[in-house]
Amino acid sequence: MKESFPRQIMDADHIRRAVNRMAHEICERHKGVPDLALIGIMTRGDVLAQRIADQIGKIEQATPAVGALDITFHRDDTSTRTDRQPGRRPSHLPFSLENRRIILVDDVLYTGRSIRAAMDELIDYGRPRAIQLAVLVDRGHRELPIHADYVGKNLPTAEKEKVDVLLQECDGREGVFIIK
Amino acid sequence: MRPYKGRAGIFILEKRFIRVSLKRKDLLTLEELSGEEIIQILDTAASFKEVVQRPVKKVPALRGKTVVNLFFEPSTRTRTSFELAAKRLSADVVNFTASASSLVKGESLLDTVRNIQAMNVQTIIMRHACSGAVNLVAKNIRASVVNAGDGKHEHPTQGLLDIFTIREAKGRFENLTVTLVGDIIHSRVARSNIHGLLKLGAKVRIVGPATLLPEVFTRLGVEVYHRLEDAIADTDVINILRIQLERQDEQFFPSAREYANLYGVNARRLKLARPDVLIMHPGPMNRGVEISPRVADGPNSVILDQVTNGVAVRMAVLYLLTGGESDENSD
Repeated sequence: MKESFPRQIMDADHIRRAVNRMAHEICERHKGVPDLALIGIMTRGDVLAQRIADQIGKIEQATPAVGALDITFHRDDTSTRTDRQPGRRPSHLPFSLENRRIILVDDVLYTGRSIRAAMDELIDYGRPRAIQLAVLVDRGHRELPIHADYVGKNLPTAEKEKVDVLLQECDGREGVFIIK
Repeated sequence: MRPYKGRAGIFILEKRFIRVSLKRKDLLTLEELSGEEIIQILDTAASFKEVVQRPVKKVPALRGKTVVNLFFEPSTRTRTSFELAAKRLSADVVNFTASASSLVKGESLLDTVRNIQAMNVQTIIMRHACSGAVNLVAKNIRASVVNAGDGKHEHPTQGLLDIFTIREAKGRFENLTVTLVGDIIHSRVARSNIHGLLKLGAKVRIVGPATLLPEVFTRLGVEVYHRLEDAIADTDVINILRIQLERQDEQFFPSAREYANLYGVNARRLKLARPDVLIMHPGPMNRGVEISPRVADGPNSVILDQVTNGVAVRMAVLYLLTGGESDENSD
């Protein structure tokens, strides 16, 4: 039987549970939040970072700091793939990164190039103690030696497929889809 | 897993086409830009303003690109601003001063720029005393050309940074009145401001002695005033232009002193304006002529903010001209 596209992989409940589980894993690994900060890569990672932070707040009775990163100007494909317009909002990191444990949050982990750009950019702001990575979907096909520490869902995909994450806050509805 | 029931086309539209790049090779005037393009530059500039406030004020966006500052007229502010903008985007910058070039040996303008282009330069930032010189160059070379002021024609990046500063302070263009004071006829800054502001829906007034106000601007929808006191009442922004003695080949007003008496913006006249009026000046200022020191350094003045914003706006222009577009799913 032929598969139809777009195909829904996760719905609102799946996403909620995955976010909650990642929040628990982060709490377990970090044992508290004093020097923890979640930084989401715009324009969906920042939404997920806020959700994970809120969830950690419920578990630990203390909410970690949350920031948002616009990585447009740090991408390595500006000259070969031509440019992209930056996000609608500038980066927003309302705290010092010095000696903090940072968890980068993104919606989809694919080639790893966004994460490379995000790490470069973070280091321009200061010297964090450690950087970890949380993603809602890991779809494989890495082009750089980058690995996620917290994964909502591992999703094997073909390279020609595309993975779309829709979130209420920026898209008006929830879901993870594969489109061709 | 339930299949998504909508059409894939709509799906993609919602998500990916949130951005359009500046689809032009050159930035020569604000007259040729659409309101959407201007807003896009302002939004990008807002992102760059955040970049220049970081501990490391530099991003690798234009790494490996070369930008040439080609100035046939004196400039410190604009040239430095462009140079900083290009360097903060990690481009290589070469400064070319006309007095030290082969132009004094008789080389033509086009030969000079073709030679510069032959050295694999991506962007040429050009200032020239002749209106339209940048258009001639842009038509004849492949590199992007950014107009940094051509004669009495336009100074688009100054217009953009003025508009950016106004948006930052006022947050709107509807029901907003901007008054340009002084030497309109010789001012490329005035032309760029007028075109840009009208496109965004602001009202524009010009005021000054009749000899310095081209009546032709009324055709664009600009209101012409001859008494400063009348013009600055109920205006939101006063943009004071420099009296350009170097471009005045005849006598336009009896003396600088008389000009200051009638059209100089001073503390006494400022009392007639709204308490939250924005005072702007593109620089360099003739203190005591078109603007009094108390006004220039007063609480309503955003003159130095204009300079700060200039770097961010020029970063946005260089970035958007050298760029194109890409899709989002390259995570």
